Amino acid sequence: MELPELHQIAEKERASQKPIRLRICVAAGCQSSGSLAVKKKLEDTVKEAGLSDKVQVVGVGCLKMCSQGPLVQADPTQTLYAKVDETQAAGLVGAVNGGHCHCATVDPNDPFLAHQFSIVLENSGLIDPERIESYIAAEGYEGLYHVLREKTPTEIVETVIKSGLRGRGGAGYPTGLKWALVAKMQSPRKFVVCNADEGDPGAFMDRSVLESDPHRILEGMAIAGYAIGATQGYIYVRGEYPLAIKRLQGAIRQAKRLGMLGGHIFESPFDFNIDLRIGAGAFVCGEETALMASIEGRRGQPRPRPPFPAESGLWGQPTLINNVETFANIPTLIRKGADWFSAIGTEKSKGTKVFALAGKITNTGLIEVPMGTTLRRIVEEMGGGVENGGTVKAVQTGGPSGGCIPADKLDTPVDYESLAAIGSIMGSGGMIVMDQSTNMVDVARFFMEFCMDESCGKCAPCRAGTVQMYRLLSKIREGRGTQQDIDMLNGLCDLLRNTSLCGLGQTAPNPTLSTLRYFRHEYEQLLTDSTVNGQLPKHPANTT
Amino acid sequence: MKRHQYQADSLIEVLHSAQQLFGYLEDGLLLYIAHSLHVPPSRVYGVATFYHFFSLKPQGKHSCVICLGTACYVKGATQLVDAISQTYGIKAGQTSEDGQVSLLTARCVGACGIAPAVVYDGTVSGHGTSENVIEKLKGWREDGAA
Amino acid sequence: MAVKTLTIDDQLISAREEQTVLEAAREAGISIPTLCELHGLGDIGACRLCLVEVTGIAKLQPACTTRVAEGMVVVTNSQRLQNYRRMIVELLFAERNHICAVCVANGHCELQDLGLAVGMDHVRYEYLSPQCQVDLSHERFGVDHNRCVLCMRCVRACDEIEGAHTWDVMGRGTASRVITDLKQPWGESQSCTSCGKCVLACPTGAIFRRGSTVSEMERDRWQLDFIVTAREKKQWII
Repeated sequence: MELPELHQIAEKERASQKPIRLRICVAAGCQSSGSLAVKKKLEDTVKEAGLSDKVQVVGVGCLKMCSQGPLVQADPTQTLYAKVDETQAAGLVGAVNGGHCHCATVDPNDPFLAHQFSIVLENSGLIDPERIESYIAAEGYEGLYHVLREKTPTEIVETVIKSGLRGRGGAGYPTGLKWALVAKMQSPRKFVVCNADEGDPGAFMDRSVLESDPHRILEGMAIAGYAIGATQGYIYVRGEYPLAIKRLQGAIRQAKRLGMLGGHIFESPFDFNIDLRIGAGAFVCGEETALMASIEGRRGQPRPRPPFPAESGLWGQPTLINNVETFANIPTLIRKGADWFSAIGTEKSKGTKVFALAGKITNTGLIEVPMGTTLRRIVEEMGGGVENGGTVKAVQTGGPSGGCIPADKLDTPVDYESLAAIGSIMGSGGMIVMDQSTNMVDVARFFMEFCMDESCGKCAPCRAGTVQMYRLLSKIREGRGTQQDIDMLNGLCDLLRNTSLCGLGQTAPNPTLSTLRYFRHEYEQLLTDSTVNGQLPKHPANTT
Repeated sequence: MKRHQYQADSLIEVLHSAQQLFGYLEDGLLLYIAHSLHVPPSRVYGVATFYHFFSLKPQGKHSCVICLGTACYVKGATQLVDAISQTYGIKAGQTSEDGQVSLLTARCVGACGIAPAVVYDGTVSGHGTSENVIEKLKGWREDGAA
Repeated sequence: MAVKTLTIDDQLISAREEQTVLEAAREAGISIPTLCELHGLGDIGACRLCLVEVTGIAKLQPACTTRVAEGMVVVTNSQRLQNYRRMIVELLFAERNHICAVCVANGHCELQDLGLAVGMDHVRYEYLSPQCQVDLSHERFGVDHNRCVLCMRCVRACDEIEGAHTWDVMGRGTASRVITDLKQPWGESQSCTSCGKCVLACPTGAIFRRGSTVSEMERDRWQLDFIVTAREKKQWII
């Protein structure tokens, strides 16, 4: 396919759009609030009212404010209707056609929407995720065309290095350097793997991207494949995400049909195919060596690194593994250039980050903000603070590998280094807000139970240590603990962090350590040998 | 299996398909898969028991999965589990005596925006409460008895 | 064959480039505690007892899977490492039901030796006391899961040396168990050749010869080495 043909598809798609469009979210969040029935009703209403050549109902991806679902946005007015139910369909169709309705709307200046900066989510809620034409009309696959026809692989790797993009899976390794490592390996077979095993409880960013804009991932992976010299890609997606799987399968089929995947893409010598691998419910498979074991059909157990996947990955071949959000940045980054990208964010953390806001917060949903935005802006302004007027006690980022950030640290900017400095991690983007009713020892125990259940059992410290830590936390939570138990807990935290084989065990102590650091009094109040009436007992940190 | 060309590395895909077809993975089936893919039976068993998705026991006619991800946990999902346990005398992972309902828990279904989330027979539903969960299960059991 | 020079515990050592830190240290007479490692089997770096400090690398590295490098400086026995090793051994003792006094391997047990080596006088952690089975269905051998440390030596010996892959691991986390075939009684396993290599490989009294009583279970581990060398190098060295 040549560029004019691609433009023709885009033109035809745009021309087919009706003057008034009702975009209704059909991602998993709104679907479970009944958006499919609302969509059907809207379509019927439009037909009955004889407005079919004027009004069009389109299923789109995530419109971000999940707690207000089902969401419907109207073009061209951009009005965002919230909590739409079937009975409101007639009124809504009337309203966009010049009438009025009593549907609830969201103020476009609401900080939740106003402070967003979209790269990864630029098409989310705008395009129909089930039609490749819709993605092409939003300049999709144009980046890939220019890459394959006009750029060398080295130029692409250099662009990614220059952009300063870092891995969005949590650890923040510079993406460009990773690409360069795999690119320089001499091997006839290399692989590109997209890690879509979003296992952190409380995180749904990747799921939304996959459901809302699946072609973006395919394009990002194909560009990566060209840059590093791979011809085969795999997407390892959680089995818990049936809708994401369905949309990816559809997207791959369509891309193959139009020649964006397969042999001689855009009439270039470059071949690239993508296959899906469905996870089967194992958190540890988010770890890259475990993920590769799982793709190979084995138990998802990690192995020591080195060798790193870049040298010896899938079936012993050099393998590039990036997370969904990392690949989702690529098409836009390539289209708009490294300088444009690196102007966004902070000195060391470039670009934006998508967060899934959830927990005891007024506005739950998806946000994408420039790196360096403070937690306070995210939680208090955009999130609207704690629901029902409560106050924030802590914000949890990074899931079972992250930490609990106390309310007095809310002015911390969101970037890799700042979050690590206060004992948490960026993580993949789950952000859970906790209010005063949350007991922090409970939270620590919750995450430790998670790690204990998800420990693969291969290395001794993680397998036998998480269960001991869980028991100690339970003992303390139930009021049977002593100061000695806290010391023992601290000792085990140190052991797991330093001796575990993989990231799961190494970071499993983080929720415990961060709550011990910031909410130690909550632990001490529960001890049998604590001083009376919940007074803070003296410990070395309090005495001079 | 033909679709996967009898490749040993397609073991997990094959187990997915087998479970979809038969509902659960019994020993005979596992052995058949092992022979067909030319992999050791102990590896098939090891893989089938490593991943939470695979079940070696028959499941109830209906399944009720309570999400215990962080967001749902903070919003009281454990109370839903307790409510069902108390009403029907089954713990998470068990099936009610009449074989109608299996109670399961999940590590985040990614529907945190509408927490607590409950998945009834594969359909995600939000804002679960002890009342509406019990109501739904009651419906299933009555259908089964009728 | 390239030679690398490195320092282990202040001792200057020359090693072949394909050697691991563990092999180089052993040749120089420096002992590093190990459990999952067994000469002749592939290394998996799972027990974490052989972790050492390598200057310039923030994370501790398993000596069994880390290759030697020119100018490498390794510390194998710092106070910190000693503490970690003791904790790991204690965790292993607390995980299952290890009662040396009634064990066939008493006196010839690697876990017991490790306890002594790391100076473990008692276990600080709560004993998990899991319900574990003893399988005596095989006519010559038995397996007692109370004594298993999940080192996976049996799995590797059976897969890599014998080639039968009768053993594997089921479940995950602390609920993991070694299994034969489809978790059948060992005696009913169709793939088992009764070669006894797993018995030779097991570090504790978990897999044993039937008929052995307390303290009787000695193993001729050199036999595994003998087979591996014979297979790979066509050299029959006893």
